[in-house]
Amino acid sequence: MANITVYSTPTCPWCKKVKMFLDTNKVAYKDLNVASDVAARKEMVKKSGQMGVPVLDIDGHIVIGYDEPKLKELLKI
Amino acid sequence: MYDLIIIGGGPAGLTAAVYAARKLIKTLLISQDLGGQVNETLRIENYMGYQFVEGPELIEKFNKQVTQYPLEQKVGSKVSSVSRLDCHFEVKTESGETFQSKAVILATGKRSRSLNVPGEAEYRGKGVSYCAICDAPVFTGMKVAVIGGGNSALEASYDLIKMAEHVYIVSLTPLTGDPITINRIKDARNLTILLEHQVEKIEGDKFVEAVHIKNIKTGERKRLEVAGIFVEIGLVPNSEPVKEIAALNQWGEVKVSTTCETGVPGLFAAGDVTDTPEKQIVIAAGEGAKAALQADRYIRNLGG
Repeated sequence: MANITVYSTPTCPWCKKVKMFLDTNKVAYKDLNVASDVAARKEMVKKSGQMGVPVLDIDGHIVIGYDEPKLKELLKI
Repeated sequence: MYDLIIIGGGPAGLTAAVYAARKLIKTLLISQDLGGQVNETLRIENYMGYQFVEGPELIEKFNKQVTQYPLEQKVGSKVSSVSRLDCHFEVKTESGETFQSKAVILATGKRSRSLNVPGEAEYRGKGVSYCAICDAPVFTGMKVAVIGGGNSALEASYDLIKMAEHVYIVSLTPLTGDPITINRIKDARNLTILLEHQVEKIEGDKFVEAVHIKNIKTGERKRLEVAGIFVEIGLVPNSEPVKEIAALNQWGEVKVSTTCETGVPGLFAAGDVTDTPEKQIVIAAGEGAKAALQADRYIRNLGG
């Protein structure tokens, strides 16, 4: 089972889409709200080298935005 | 050869797909993504049947309705051109694939307009954002600039003044958003409104550090130190694939008749990419239905 962290904000529709995709495919993940969690926000910017959400960390592979083909490839769905 | 190729996976394209599938015409839906601009809307309160629905959820429901029919879908492909050969169409994608059909519905919607200034592309995602509702919280405690003076710029500013250290609104024109939205923000202590200013360039190191602006009346230049730049200067239609064959209006929207015809026999267009007044989900969906019914009639009249 892959270790997955989603960095998101509560108002971001693309974040919602990412989480809906993971939920639909029954993939467990840790959801960090970068709007309220300052440490998570810094971690996200450091890991991804950019400031847009959503960001996913899938076993160390960083995916920026809602990239369905990339998610399917990394999660072997 | 398909009967119909629908280009675009937003409300217009998906509704057209359902109508086409129910007419049992051989249809291919090609789209870059599912939902288009609806994905950037969290609160929808004016789509009939829902008192409240979030954009991604509405699209999920649209797509479920599409996929219950045996219809071919190619999501993740961007169409580069549509050309007319004899009495059919050839649709080319950026990845080099080609598809042929008797009729085409263009339902590619709109995308955010870019500033087209040095540094914009380079710092996209590194301080330059086109989705304030997504990224605003990432800039909590920082200085930011919102470019634009319409409703989306003002709404972005309203969100940002609650979190950012300081917000600059940089607008080429006087504020054109609704007075109610202007009133909500104008007294904020951490807001500076710079009207009749043009963005000249964006600079930084790893991330955005400043934006250079110029007063278009006096020519005076300023450098604003900001970490974030939210570009909210409107939308442009994704009409490029048909620009060689169909008539566009001055904003690049595809001109259509009340029955979604473009003037090119067999080429129909629907939704925000067209010059139909009012850009709304419910209108795009309705136009998609109309285009599919009209395309079906066209295909049947061709015979064979």
